[in-house]
Amino acid sequence: MKGTVLRSGRGTGEQAGSGIATLPGGLGTLPGGLGDSPDRPDGVQKVRGEFAFASDLWMDAMLWGKTLRSPHVAARVRAIDTSRAVAMPGVRAVLTAADVPGRPTFGLEVPDQPVFASDIVRYHGEPVAAVAADHPELARRAALAIEVDYEPMDAQCDPEAALHAPPIHPDGNLFRHLVIRHGDPSARGDVVVEGSYAVGMQDQAFLGPEAGLAVPGDDGGVDLYVATQWLHVDRAQIAASLGLPVERVRLYLAGVGGAFGGREDVSLQIHLCMLALRTGRPVKMVYARDESFFGHVHRHPARLWYRHHASRSGELVKVEARVVVDGGAYLSSSNAVISNAACFAPGPYRVPNALIDGYAVRTNNPPCGAMRGFGAVQVCFGHEAQMDKLAAALGMDPIELRRRNALTRGDRLVTGQVLTGAVPVREVIDAAVAHPLPPVPAPDAPMLARPGGAGATADASHVRRGVGFAVSFKNIAYSEGFDDYSSARLRLEAGLDGEPTATVTVATAEVGQGFVTLAQQIVRDELGVRRVVLAPASTVDVGSAGSSSASRQTWMSGGALQLACAVLRQELFGRAAELWECGSSQCTSTGSSVRRGDTGERLGIAELLARGPLETEQELHHRPTKALDPDGQGDAHLSFMFAAHRAVVDVDAELGLVRVVQMATGQDVGKALHPLQVQGQIEGGIAQGVGLAVMEEIVLTDGRVRNPSFTDYLLPTILDMPDVVASLVEEPEPGAPYGAKGVGEPPAISSGPAVLAAVRAATGLDLCRAPLRPEDICLGGHPA
Amino acid sequence: MSTGSTHDARGAQQLRVARPATLDDALCALREMPGAQLLAGGTDFCVEVSFGSRRPTAVVALRRVEELRGHDIADGHVRIGAGTTYAEMGRGALASTLPALAAAARTVGSPQIRNAGTLGGNVATASPAGDTLPLLVALDARVRVRGAAGERVVALERFVTGVKRTVLAPDEVVVDVVVDRCRGPQEFLKVGTRNAMVIAIASVAVVVDLDARAVRVGLGSVAPVPRRCASAEAHAGEAIDWGRLWASEAALARFGELAAEACSPITDHRSTADYRSHAVAVIARRALERCIRHAT
Repeated sequence: MKGTVLRSGRGTGEQAGSGIATLPGGLGTLPGGLGDSPDRPDGVQKVRGEFAFASDLWMDAMLWGKTLRSPHVAARVRAIDTSRAVAMPGVRAVLTAADVPGRPTFGLEVPDQPVFASDIVRYHGEPVAAVAADHPELARRAALAIEVDYEPMDAQCDPEAALHAPPIHPDGNLFRHLVIRHGDPSARGDVVVEGSYAVGMQDQAFLGPEAGLAVPGDDGGVDLYVATQWLHVDRAQIAASLGLPVERVRLYLAGVGGAFGGREDVSLQIHLCMLALRTGRPVKMVYARDESFFGHVHRHPARLWYRHHASRSGELVKVEARVVVDGGAYLSSSNAVISNAACFAPGPYRVPNALIDGYAVRTNNPPCGAMRGFGAVQVCFGHEAQMDKLAAALGMDPIELRRRNALTRGDRLVTGQVLTGAVPVREVIDAAVAHPLPPVPAPDAPMLARPGGAGATADASHVRRGVGFAVSFKNIAYSEGFDDYSSARLRLEAGLDGEPTATVTVATAEVGQGFVTLAQQIVRDELGVRRVVLAPASTVDVGSAGSSSASRQTWMSGGALQLACAVLRQELFGRAAELWECGSSQCTSTGSSVRRGDTGERLGIAELLARGPLETEQELHHRPTKALDPDGQGDAHLSFMFAAHRAVVDVDAELGLVRVVQMATGQDVGKALHPLQVQGQIEGGIAQGVGLAVMEEIVLTDGRVRNPSFTDYLLPTILDMPDVVASLVEEPEPGAPYGAKGVGEPPAISSGPAVLAAVRAATGLDLCRAPLRPEDICLGGHPA
Repeated sequence: MSTGSTHDARGAQQLRVARPATLDDALCALREMPGAQLLAGGTDFCVEVSFGSRRPTAVVALRRVEELRGHDIADGHVRIGAGTTYAEMGRGALASTLPALAAAARTVGSPQIRNAGTLGGNVATASPAGDTLPLLVALDARVRVRGAAGERVVALERFVTGVKRTVLAPDEVVVDVVVDRCRGPQEFLKVGTRNAMVIAIASVAVVVDLDARAVRVGLGSVAPVPRRCASAEAHAGEAIDWGRLWASEAALARFGELAAEACSPITDHRSTADYRSHAVAVIARRALERCIRHAT
């Protein structure tokens, strides 16, 4: 096992700067290959502001689309009068539910969400109509001119109450109830601790809002350029609602300004295509920030109850848990989120007996779905607070308690699944703890560095320091029997200058994670071809890549591309063998040439390509997973990632203000294929974890969104971001291409719970809700 | 004076924009374009346009008006041009003369916002969360405005009449703000749930006038208008041992409590009324404590 230490800092002094270690050998040593950290192909453009994001799409004579959304949380739609809007000069189309040509609904798991509300609106901001007009301002006014006669209804905004309330949708209010019964449910431990916890609604808050451009095709179909996470699944949903065969709906990936799960669901796709097909003209739509808050799903708010049993010596005996996630008005991916939440509810610990009840519930709150961490984030706030409580009850060091119960290879999860891959839980804990603690600031240190920041509210004497710890795990790729696959097309040819050129065509959505870089690294490493071109991602030229979600693309699309490389390498060997008149088993690869084993002769790839290009498309399906049985037992997951976080916070307890000073982490990555991009994922994920811990929340009052703006939905600034010190634990994952695990999600899972633990340590308060609000600390908190 | 106009794609709607270089031209443009809205740094204005809550048909942009720029630091008073940006308030002689104004200015937005937003804009927008207002009200600032009928000077306390409401007439422009200088420390503390770039949940400015042996306090974000607190001021004036410049813990705490009693805060999506009152008590006490400690 190897470890790589990454260090990054915002401040000055010892923590600052970065001493990024590259991998000492191991993987390919080729410049720009795996294990190196080559520049992103789109990096310079993005830094210079020249990268074309979806919101930059433009076409002559295009129209502008605008959505009309419900101002009500729940209401009956008695009538919609579009006549005033239609009559406005420059308005080209006004569409409602009556105009949907095909299936009136869409959805990732089950199509339960109307393209436009017809009879009932079920959440604040639900689309009711859409307009295309010559100018965005005109479209906005036309949307306002649509008269909708609403009859407000009682809203059901409490998930616990919704479980027993009359259905607010024909499919009922319970999306899924998942029970996990493992071992002996009647087992009892010597020491028992119990707690209830809550997590608020976080937004993905990607900076590039939803945007797309739909262009009607000559064949009656439509071409849609759009920022999304999964082109092919968008296409299937769009085609169904347009009543078109999928071949006539062509999607092309437009520049994506972040996703984090928030682009898995359809937002403006169907509306745009309908408007383009109705008007016969290109139609562009861009959400403003406020509409973006209404236009995509959010992270599920959760309520958690836990009871942990342990022996006197600190071995976990049983975990009981009840997890309720609020799915909002429509299903989205709630069924998979509650599955994760239930499966990972105990945390990465050996738990012989468990009884876990997971509920995903429909309410009149905004729909919730995928977000980085996907169900594992919410329960981590609970299981890690419980581990601290248990440690206190046992009089044990909380880190030692975690080490003692840490999962290891060969252990069983509470789903009965035996862990056969890399399970370096103790290693990530030890790596996080090994980082030195940051110094306590001198009394005359700048006030900016204290809780309260620029507001200069705290003197040194008001600040208390706390240290907290949390560990987490999560699955990679899709689970529970889903046939999860990715396709990659690879073409090798001699360029005009004779230089071998590889063209990679994948539908993999580049959402910022850096698959574009990795694709080039893989081809360079596998084939010794330095010039690697990436064709645009679309549904036209290649099969599905699956979603850029679930930390899966390095494994899945990376693996598909690795397969494609292997196929073309064999074809190169075949060509060489033909020339040499030997068996192709004699051929080996030596970087940029093929070597004949018995004679030592070599043929360059360029020479072999002189006979014409080579091309292949390959699909990688990961090892099948299984559904969970009625007791929640089964090999439902492919592989797991583990991470540990130690947060150091300074707290002004009297004002309830927190500054996160440092986040130390150990993360299980399998193999770091691009250490700099791994570092980027770790820092970005920690920013989101810190945000959820101390400020990020969509505030709802009776289902109404109160803060749909970046003025009031607060994201961490650089002054809120801790120094990050990271150790990568490298234990290759069996079966994973290059032994690499995904790295995107773990930093966002236990970083937030570590912050809460640190604030609890600093204040002595039993804080059990994320995000922390100042009043929870200074007015509402009670001693633990 | 230069004027321009923009049209939307269909040419139906016209936004008229005047970009005067002098105050007279600005007043002239206001007369010529009834209903025209004043644009200074645009940090509130443009956000409201984006949100659709402000739909101007005519705009008088003040950035080029030289008379609104700059400041004078005289023996007895400081005059600050309405066009002075937060960045300018936060540095140089202005910052050393009015350190609490500089502290307040430095809490506003990001560097980009501080380079654009102006004192005149903060005063004329009159948001309860306006960051310069607590100090200005504590300093008995006077706002000089000029309109068709001439010039008038209005005390800030009377200038702001409600949430985002002022006595500024449609044909008037804020020219500058004048405060008397006083010898002694001053502090500005602001509570927000983020360490920077955040709208105040509560803010307090405390000014200690060593010559008058008086303390003045201005409160922000806890009432519809920036508010003074006479009872806290009177208490502090009596409780401070002016010879040693010292006050007991109990006296400081009482000062905070009295300041909190002067609040009439609301509960909204940013915070609760209880927390706002609590925060004012804490930061008022800390501000006075800091003033006294710094003066010794």
